[in-house]
Amino acid sequence: MSGRYPGYDVLAKRHTPSWNEQTRQVIDRRLALPREPRFLAPDEFATLEAVCGRIVPQPAGRPPVPVAAMIDDKLHANRGDGYRDHRLPPLREAWRRGLAGIEAEARRRHNAGFAELDAAEQDALLRAVQEGRIAGDWEGMPPALFFAKRLVFDIVTAYYGHPTAWNEIGFGGPASPRGYVRMEFDRRDPWEAAEAAPGREAQARRDNARIG
Amino acid sequence: MPASDDPQLVPRGKGGRAPDPFRVGGWVPMREYRDDEAVDFAVVGTGAGGGTLACRLAELGFTVVGFDAGPWWRPLEDFASDETHQQKLYWTGERICDGNDPLVLGANNSGRSVGGSTVHFAMVSLRFRPEWFKSRSRLGYGADWPLDWREMWDYYARAEQALKISGPVTYPWGPKRPRYPYRAHELNAAATVLARGAEALGIGWAPTPLATVSAPRSRSPPCVYRGFCVQGCSTNAKQSALITWIPRAVAAGAEIRDLAMVGRVETDPRTGLATGVHYCREGRWRFQRARHVVVAGYAIETPRLLLNSADSRHPDGLANSSGLVGRNLMVQANQAVYGTMDEAVRWYKGPPSLSLTEHWNYEDRGKDFFGGYCYMAQGPLPAGWAAIVAGSRGLWGEALRREMERYNHAVGLKIVGEVMPDEDNRVTLSDETDEYGLRIARVTFSYGDNDKRLIRHSLRAMRECLEAAGGVRELWEERDDTAHLNGTARMGDDPRRSVVDADCRSWDVRNLWICDGSVFPTVGGVNPSLTIQAIALRTADRIAALAARGEL
Repeated sequence: MSGRYPGYDVLAKRHTPSWNEQTRQVIDRRLALPREPRFLAPDEFATLEAVCGRIVPQPAGRPPVPVAAMIDDKLHANRGDGYRDHRLPPLREAWRRGLAGIEAEARRRHNAGFAELDAAEQDALLRAVQEGRIAGDWEGMPPALFFAKRLVFDIVTAYYGHPTAWNEIGFGGPASPRGYVRMEFDRRDPWEAAEAAPGREAQARRDNARIG
Repeated sequence: MPASDDPQLVPRGKGGRAPDPFRVGGWVPMREYRDDEAVDFAVVGTGAGGGTLACRLAELGFTVVGFDAGPWWRPLEDFASDETHQQKLYWTGERICDGNDPLVLGANNSGRSVGGSTVHFAMVSLRFRPEWFKSRSRLGYGADWPLDWREMWDYYARAEQALKISGPVTYPWGPKRPRYPYRAHELNAAATVLARGAEALGIGWAPTPLATVSAPRSRSPPCVYRGFCVQGCSTNAKQSALITWIPRAVAAGAEIRDLAMVGRVETDPRTGLATGVHYCREGRWRFQRARHVVVAGYAIETPRLLLNSADSRHPDGLANSSGLVGRNLMVQANQAVYGTMDEAVRWYKGPPSLSLTEHWNYEDRGKDFFGGYCYMAQGPLPAGWAAIVAGSRGLWGEALRREMERYNHAVGLKIVGEVMPDEDNRVTLSDETDEYGLRIARVTFSYGDNDKRLIRHSLRAMRECLEAAGGVRELWEERDDTAHLNGTARMGDDPRRSVVDADCRSWDVRNLWICDGSVFPTVGGVNPSLTIQAIALRTADRIAALAARGEL
């Protein structure tokens, strides 16, 4: 991958002192997550995949982060957050209603499923949900609240909890037991991502190949 | 790990042994009590309040059984360096939040482990400003505490010693305090920004006093700055209740029962006194007899338990003749200002808040509000940062990705701000029930006008600090975060206007005690954990003194 941290792969540290056994197991399980839904129905899952593709669009040329599968896993396990806004139903029910609402809105606007719309149409529809410009509510659930507190929250925390996303943003990733040494501005430990200065991408790529 | 060894499924504290949090697979012997053996104290909750008190009571010679709904971790083998996985440390049982400003709970303020929220707290260990203990008489707002700040100063010092707090040689604010036991941690770049800004503004700043050791301590190695502090410390540098008070409690003869959810405090219908606690463990409801019951579940679970323990003699819940159980819920305002720098900051390195200023806790001139706040350097990890960026700015799509790519250049400051007590901010019982069949908490919260003025002031102050620091551009605000939970069973001098007395003893049920953040009449502008632990240390001493006089 190019970008800010060319060639950086946090997984290259898997067998270094930055990763303990517990972390290896946890990340292995995440990377091996089933791609098929276990909670959502196939049509719901297709809508969710399309929504995730717009909330966190992913570049071509690398395996995508399976964001929809990560959400489905959360729903399958019914892993709540410990609170819910009283205007929202519980986790599973909120997603069911939300995905049905997005699908219904797509049919109302375009007479097609959300997943069949082009990116601009999908974005416009999601923007309308975000801003509450949707006729009615979704079985009593305010669409804008669902969008802010459930949809975006679940999707972005799933995506940025994945090693591929850490590579993109140059996050050091797991760090136990080694931790870090260089705490000052513009300093990196040899096991941290090297950022490409303008015109110095090759140097960063070389540094990132030596991470370990 | 095999299911039979999963501490979230199978209790570890049983069969005469307890897990040793310092050794992979390690055990230590633990005394056990029978359910029908009336112990001196049944302590519900093992965090900053309950863990500390259970330890001290056992060391003072009382028989103690502590209960925690959560697992008993060995951090060295159970904790991963991973934001998502470590959500297992948080209280993720459902709570319903309403009011004008519905709270966000779970990760940022509720723990579910032996050791409570201290297993995932940010370790910031600060003392109250002395006047806050008498804020009504001295500063004109809130309520007076029935405690004297000079006595608290001694207990703060004891708590700081017990936790080997790492802090600066001299602290810029408040009355003289002893030197911190361990040297301050070095600053990371994010903390340096605060220091630069404060110097430019001419206000004080300090390395944050933290409960993670800066040098070896017994079996705790010095902090290695891995930065996953609020995801649980996997090296045991963090001085949580799990690795400080709890092992001491077990060594002194206390029994701690993990995965033990207390659902009800039983009282004698004739005397009205507590007789023990009903708890669910391994799928079975049991009853532990006790001469005294301490409720220490933090400011949501504590009132929930007291309200769920209503009986014919206490129809409005235990200890609630004042009607104040569940009322005056106080969070702390937790707004932030963020920006971007050309330099690499990489704020994921080190504890998240390595520097702070308490300037606006101690300076009252120029305020259009009551109370105070401190602000601190920040260091969120990627998923948490994404939630802030998306939540505060409504960003998604390419705009979100672009902002996230600047993660290593982001910097920010965040307050811990005093919220006023308000009886309408409260914990009540919902009609929904949890997996134990217990009614869950409904948490109602709205900011008051004073709170909003404090927040406005703080956002301006943090913006000024970042601007003064130099090199920070594109500032923006996170306006809706809160932290900590306090105040739902306040202490006081008057039984009609408080739930417990200065000793954390219920006015109504004299063998029922409450020892956690619930007892705070006001919250001040600092993180509450050190104050909770100082109060617990004092309560233990008071219990011993009362026992010696035959007044228990």
